[in-house]
Amino acid sequence: MADIIDKLITYFQFPFVRYAMITGVLIALCSSLLGVTLVLKRFSFIGDGLSHVAFGAIAIATAMNLTNNLFLVLPVTIICAVFLLSSSQNSKIKGDAALAMLSVGTLAIGYLILNMFSRSANLAADVCATLFGSTSILTLSMTDVWFSIILSALVVIVFLFFYHKIFAITFDEDFMVATGVKAKTYNLVLATTIAIVIVVAMNLVGALLISALVIFPALSAMRVFKSFRSVTICSVIISVVCAALGILISILAGSPVGATIVAVDITGFLLFSLIGKLINKG
Amino acid sequence: MKSNAELLISCQNLVLGYDGKVILSNLSFTVSQGDYLCIVGKNGSGKSTLMKTLLGLKTPMSGQIEWGSGIKANEIGYLPQQTEIQKDFPATVREVVRSGLINRSGLRPFYTISEKAIAEKNMRKLGIGNLAGRCYRELSGGQQQRTLLARALCSARKILLLDEPVAGLDPEAAAELYSIIKNLNDEGITIIMITHDIDNTMGFATKTLRINEE
Repeated sequence: MADIIDKLITYFQFPFVRYAMITGVLIALCSSLLGVTLVLKRFSFIGDGLSHVAFGAIAIATAMNLTNNLFLVLPVTIICAVFLLSSSQNSKIKGDAALAMLSVGTLAIGYLILNMFSRSANLAADVCATLFGSTSILTLSMTDVWFSIILSALVVIVFLFFYHKIFAITFDEDFMVATGVKAKTYNLVLATTIAIVIVVAMNLVGALLISALVIFPALSAMRVFKSFRSVTICSVIISVVCAALGILISILAGSPVGATIVAVDITGFLLFSLIGKLINKG
Repeated sequence: MKSNAELLISCQNLVLGYDGKVILSNLSFTVSQGDYLCIVGKNGSGKSTLMKTLLGLKTPMSGQIEWGSGIKANEIGYLPQQTEIQKDFPATVREVVRSGLINRSGLRPFYTISEKAIAEKNMRKLGIGNLAGRCYRELSGGQQQRTLLARALCSARKILLLDEPVAGLDPEAAAELYSIIKNLNDEGITIIMITHDIDNTMGFATKTLRINEE
């Protein structure tokens, strides 16, 4: 045990390890806040879909040689999020199909563009890093950390400010529109926030594993808790604990960060399913 | 019949449908303050579409809906049919009922004490005060409908639109719900209700709108 603590203390003397820890926990917090709503709205795959959109946008930014790709990636992802969340009802292509189309389409186009225009010698590694976020969290700069702190603070503030509205449009959007609530505006706020979280989260776990960060804590919390508020609070706690544990384990075991966090999230889900079963029996 | 009652809704030559297909045409009717209007008709005849159009959730293919000058969107209550999403939704009865208050609060991020009192009053009125902390998805069908009706009452100050409120309820729960709705009407709230259950509602309704397929 003392060995492990010694090892961790040594590692935490490196700034990049501290940066990874801060950013990881913050992203876990933001994604789980929104996860409850997304899972309940039947948008579990939006994390996957939007991260592929962001991947496609990054590919285009790379091909265009943009120095800061965020100015392209963020607006494109926000537009797609708005499109997905608003077209879910009463449209000819249903939410899940639209999501699947967008997800697969942008992934393919993104890879195509990278292949055609990228001058990088090791394309496969680049793609792998973007999709799995294998190393990028360990190469964060101080600016990246501040950037994620500010964005997370923004997400938390927006969520708290619109908490009751978010609950209401998740539970029953038609009722809100019918009774004179500006549900469209709140959907827009929600979509924008989700897009921001996903673009930021790509730094941590990469495009492919974002869905896990969004859905696992929410699903775990729903096994045990029965009110919207307790589910939200619990899923945030689960997510933060799992992310912190995942990062610590990956440091000690030398395993890939994103995948380790997801493995811890899966363990958490199994644990909460068991607790939920025991509670319902007793 | 109240002759001088204020006109709340007046529909003229409404044509409803989707994807270019007409399902209802040349529909004209009016609703006045204090009315109890029952909309009856076969499945698929466009009853729910009509209600959603009245509420502004769908746009009519042609024709006009005019809401009286005395009523604003945030004075309407609506009891929709249950959605798939709500069946496994983790929320307490109190959380659901309070969400009916949002159309009063504008941008304010919290509920005021007097708003919370309205929610509590409506829960007691519908006999679900003791269920306030219970989980919505674990309630019986009748209790769920009462929860949604209490939510509708939080947003309704003048008119209540109900889409098959007794669907899936046993006769006893249905009768209770009907008497609650009747009481609300007696208190001055205008009721528009879609129903299959003509036998049990004719005694309450002051007006009936029959919708037939083309």
